[in-house]
Amino acid sequence: MIRLEGVWRTYRVGDGEVHALRDVTLEITHGEHVALIGPSGSGKSTMLHIVGCLDRPTLGRYLFEKREVGALSEEERSLLRRHRIGFVFQFFHLLPRLSALGNVELPMLFAGTPADERRQRAAHALEAVGLAQRATHRPDQLSGGERQRVAIARAVVMDPAVVLADEPTGNLDRHSALEVMELLEAMNRRGLTLVVVTHDPAIAERARRVIRMADGEIVGHDGGSWVVDRGSGGPALQHASDPRTTNHEPRGGG
Amino acid sequence: MRFLDLLRFAAGALRGHRLRTALSVTGVAVGIAAVVTLTALGEGARQYVVDQFAALGANLLIIFPGKVETTGGEPFGGVTHDLTIDDYRALARLSRLRRSAPMAVATDTVRYGDRGRDVPVLGTTADFALVRRLEMGSGAFLPAGDPDQGGNEIVLGLTVASELFRGENPLGQIVRVGPWRFRVVGVLAPRGQSLTFNLDEVVLVPVRTAMRVFNRSTLFRILLDVRMHDEMGLAKREVEALMRERHRAEDVTVITQDALISSFSSILNALTLALVGIASVSLAVAGVGIMNVMLVSVTERRAEIGLLKALGALDRQVLAAFLAEAVLLAFVGGVAGLAIGAGAIRAFVGIYPSFPASPPAWAVAASLGLSLGVGVGFGVWPARRATRLDPVAALARR
Repeated sequence: MIRLEGVWRTYRVGDGEVHALRDVTLEITHGEHVALIGPSGSGKSTMLHIVGCLDRPTLGRYLFEKREVGALSEEERSLLRRHRIGFVFQFFHLLPRLSALGNVELPMLFAGTPADERRQRAAHALEAVGLAQRATHRPDQLSGGERQRVAIARAVVMDPAVVLADEPTGNLDRHSALEVMELLEAMNRRGLTLVVVTHDPAIAERARRVIRMADGEIVGHDGGSWVVDRGSGGPALQHASDPRTTNHEPRGGG
Repeated sequence: MRFLDLLRFAAGALRGHRLRTALSVTGVAVGIAAVVTLTALGEGARQYVVDQFAALGANLLIIFPGKVETTGGEPFGGVTHDLTIDDYRALARLSRLRRSAPMAVATDTVRYGDRGRDVPVLGTTADFALVRRLEMGSGAFLPAGDPDQGGNEIVLGLTVASELFRGENPLGQIVRVGPWRFRVVGVLAPRGQSLTFNLDEVVLVPVRTAMRVFNRSTLFRILLDVRMHDEMGLAKREVEALMRERHRAEDVTVITQDALISSFSSILNALTLALVGIASVSLAVAGVGIMNVMLVSVTERRAEIGLLKALGALDRQVLAAFLAEAVLLAFVGGVAGLAIGAGAIRAFVGIYPSFPASPPAWAVAASLGLSLGVGVGFGVWPARRATRLDPVAALARR
């Protein structure tokens, strides 16, 4: 459902150019749990933004559910994010003036869902993350773990195809981090595609497939299904069990 | 996104910054209050003057000597005839006139005992009281009769009577104007300023007496009361024709009360507009205040804007949300301003009860419209900045 083909993302900085992504080719299929790992500046966040339709490739093709995202209008990409993609951020990004329930209602507010239905679905989503009794609390009355669970409820309330989590445990203690990951994984087991960006190996290991990035390139795959073959001409997709790529050592740190 | 949800969302965002919201609302409120109050005062001043003229009667024609024109073209040009008692007599016979009154004016000292007072002395006839709708406080007005008969009756304005007599009953007393003696027959009811004179400060004597005493041959004015309001124009032309025939020149000016009212009214309208213009400046300042607040808000809420975009809010929804905040600020300010303005006007009327100050309906509607306009006008740019934010950059920072 997610397919990147020879994707470059280049930023202009002063007179020079910075390549945040260099010729990335990747496919993520429905229901996968993928971890993107790499040091800061390795391009994993840029990748997540492109996958999340917040950003567009400078070069190359990105297909989301077989639609070429680069060719979509601003509005069509917004609608794609609204209905098909859920985001979870390191800093939660909850609106401090709204209650937990109000924050979960937010995506439906802009989708024009009627108030009654909104409240019902938000309450249901909060119940699913175990926070039904905290619905009226504002973010500053919640712990970090609870905040992130509210954010997860918000991410899934529109029933998206994929949840993109950018360092979801980066601001949490060990215990809360575990809770949050278990929650995301439980949703993944019920069919939700999950992409987690992290630099924490312990979090990455939980994924069935780990993609290692460094300097804007994919430098390694663990346990996944698809990797990039750089040997033969143009980009091609090959299975990860190919002996040429197993045990590939990452260039960046873990 | 539903409209009510949009408003609620915007209101929630404003409640998040109470002080800032309160200050910008106050800015608009002051602007709107100024517009409404000044409009009401200007309009009140206009109404006051119109009422004053209306008290003269709508059918009044006023004739005075002289004509506004360029003179000096011919060697003996610009000669004007005096307005005389005979002119008055001729005019009085016109059938379209109900009644008429001549007016001669001089200033002299009125004395009673050892007290004296410099006042305008108006020489006129009995009909003057009817033409000018004068009411008597006590006694009677000048007696009716042949205007050529110069009696020694005198009617006092209220202030003149109370200053000279200090509580004594003036009726039947003798006062002196210069060396001449007059018998007080009546005192006017309070009237105040009306046309050229403050009627509380004048004394009235028979016209012929006044002209003889002050050695005048010319009248100051002739006042005519036309029978039918519809015939004002006709009557005016007849009067002008008659005067042209008598003087063999166009050397008198005839004005109607309507002309007076409309010229004063347009002057006062200009005054009102000027006041509103000044008040609008404060509204513009308030608008810039709103713009400032909204810009700060957009800068401060970059993460929120980025989040809304990530959640699938369309650009126009983000624009609408921020515009709604600006409009809400301005609208609440506008309503508060109307309330403050109404209070100020009420206080003013409490101090000057005779002044008919009330904001015209158009001013109320216009100021509400204006405040909404300020919200939209000064809110668009900050809201557009919000929509232009790159969500990736906006979300990158905490």
